[in-house]
Amino acid sequence: MSNSQSDLSPSVAARKRRLSVFAKAGEEALTPLFERFAAAHPIADYTVLRAPEVGTSMVRGRAGGSGAPFNLGEMSVTRMSVRLPSGAVGHGYVQGRSKGAARMAALLDAMAEDGVAESVDDLVTTPLEEAAQSARAARAAKAAATKVEFFTMVRGEG
Amino acid sequence: MYVAVKGGERAIDNAHTWLAEERRGDVDISELSTGQIREQLALAVDRVMAEGSLYDPDLAALAIKQARGDMIEAVFLIRAYRTTLPRFGASAPIDTGAMACDRRISATYKDLPGGQVLGPTFDYTHRLLDFALAAEGLEPQEAPEAVTDAGDLPHVTDFLAQEDLIQREPEGTDTPRDLTREPLDFPTDRPLRLQALSRGDEGFVLSMAYSTQRGYGRNHPFVGELRIGTVTVEMDIPELGFAIEIGEAVLTECETVNQFTGSKTEPPQFTRGYGLTFGRCERKAISMALVDRAMRWAELGEDNVGAPAQDEEFVLYHADNVQASGFLEHIKLPHYVDFQSELELIRRLRTEAMAAQHQEAAE
Repeated sequence: MSNSQSDLSPSVAARKRRLSVFAKAGEEALTPLFERFAAAHPIADYTVLRAPEVGTSMVRGRAGGSGAPFNLGEMSVTRMSVRLPSGAVGHGYVQGRSKGAARMAALLDAMAEDGVAESVDDLVTTPLEEAAQSARAARAAKAAATKVEFFTMVRGEG
Repeated sequence: MYVAVKGGERAIDNAHTWLAEERRGDVDISELSTGQIREQLALAVDRVMAEGSLYDPDLAALAIKQARGDMIEAVFLIRAYRTTLPRFGASAPIDTGAMACDRRISATYKDLPGGQVLGPTFDYTHRLLDFALAAEGLEPQEAPEAVTDAGDLPHVTDFLAQEDLIQREPEGTDTPRDLTREPLDFPTDRPLRLQALSRGDEGFVLSMAYSTQRGYGRNHPFVGELRIGTVTVEMDIPELGFAIEIGEAVLTECETVNQFTGSKTEPPQFTRGYGLTFGRCERKAISMALVDRAMRWAELGEDNVGAPAQDEEFVLYHADNVQASGFLEHIKLPHYVDFQSELELIRRLRTEAMAAQHQEAAE
């Protein structure tokens, strides 16, 4: 069922992007942005469809990078599902063991499904994505500074 | 045989209380936080994640603290914790070609597209103790930055594959065998071996790899490429009906390019060994690639020269340090009943032997 961004409808692609950003953000980064969003769009009430649960995902690699899939090892994942009074359902899946992060992700997903997707993205998704991009760029810049040119020495004749 | 014993509860409680006190050490020295372990003993954390087979730096740091730095004990704690967690699913196979690389080097090509990126490496350090680190409060210099090239770094083996000079990786099944779900059963296949090697003990896998280099099943490896960096992990979410990125992981990947003169079934071409681990474990990833290649002898139609690294039962049954130390260390637990019967036997044999000697002397 793995799907590239291009095969998805725009609303599914937006939801996929949103949930992917929340999953990787971490509780510390997610909390202040969630609170800012909740101040603008109070979440009065919600039903817990699935209580926060810590589990794992088996991470798979490929032999030789391109061949047969194999089980590399698991990573910790926490999930939670909620329903708003309007009926909108939100699912949060986050890396690690933070039930708080899973709850915020689920609520934000539900709110985005409930007609305020633009606010969710402006106040939470995009800032998180930008922060992740600049962290990644900073590492890439340090890596680039360690790029070397090896010269093979020409051996002298005689 | 181990026979259950009763009693000793108070001694055991006291021993554990003392263990906690010793773990803390001198209270005049500030306590180590798990955050400090995660950030400053990062390679220890990575090793515990790789061999514990669970990617969670905070948990690995906690395990190291609890185990007082005993790495195998920490791996054991992680493995035990993992068994308590439900598994939500399996990821799509990660794309290491799209890795955000901190490090990427090749021993086979000097000028490869994307270049040789050293990253934060111990290579080329002089291995002299740096006494400046013993003084606290010294802030390190900020690492220099440079302009980056956009785009993914291609795998070195792709260049060889374009010319058909390296064996293509065969396709496999979508649901590889999983040794955490079924007992290790022989013969194995390559995906199962890679799983076992990736969580295997670094020291054991290193020694096996070293033995191939010294001649016990030599396989002439070059490090085609070694890369360390971050990949995203994507998993299907059934309730959504599509896949999302559920996280990121720092991985180490090693691809070896091995000389191969051809066999009964294969034309002359390069072959591959593969290593992939959680975290920054490059010694382990290189070792894994050599041992992976050694165990591929049957599939490549090579001779089994009887080298230990070619013997998948030997390697896979002995690579797991939690299994090995569990069996090894159980012999220190009470074996009183067993030993009593051995004692009886020795006493009887001695009595008989001595009686026989007396008899001979008397005659």
